[in-house]
Amino acid sequence: MILARVVGTVVATRKDPRLEGKKLLILKPVSPDGKDEAGYVVSVDTVSAGYRERVIAVAGSSARMADGCKDTPVDNAIIGIVDDVSMD
Amino acid sequence: MYFGRVVGRVWSTVKDSRMDGHRLLVIQPLTPELKNTGKPLICADCTGAGAGELIYWVRGKEASFPFTEEPPFDTTVVGIVDTVHVSSAGHRPVVRRKS
Repeated sequence: MILARVVGTVVATRKDPRLEGKKLLILKPVSPDGKDEAGYVVSVDTVSAGYRERVIAVAGSSARMADGCKDTPVDNAIIGIVDDVSMD
Repeated sequence: MYFGRVVGRVWSTVKDSRMDGHRLLVIQPLTPELKNTGKPLICADCTGAGAGELIYWVRGKEASFPFTEEPPFDTTVVGIVDTVHVSSAGHRPVVRRKS
């Protein structure tokens, strides 16, 4: 799982019917100390995350185990909103 | 499976209900020689690993197998390392050039 920040939304009309009703967000991966990392990822939101919120995103086939994503063509899902990260 | 070290923790309240009660750790991946490699990541934990401990973790769908309710985890700490032995000759295969 990675830490990421919500930086935008995606709207798609023509898509797989199994994706209907799912919220797609653009995530920017961040390091545990809050610095931006390279790249972006489009992720299905299962926890009603909002703009600029720090979230936990899961990738690969585990994303299909997220709430409501069973048997859907999804490989990245937001599964939690981060309250706090502490480094030892 | 990969080596790693516990370098931090993550708290989350709003999350998938099957994640309730499971610890989330920040893991720094390590090489077999225990040098840092790659970026830190968030792992679930089924071992009770603590701060600074040397662990090994698993990636992929298998990461949810330690938990009965199959939460949507893709990286999980599955063992606490006692000792590591790496041959002094290194683990890289010898590549011979064609003559």
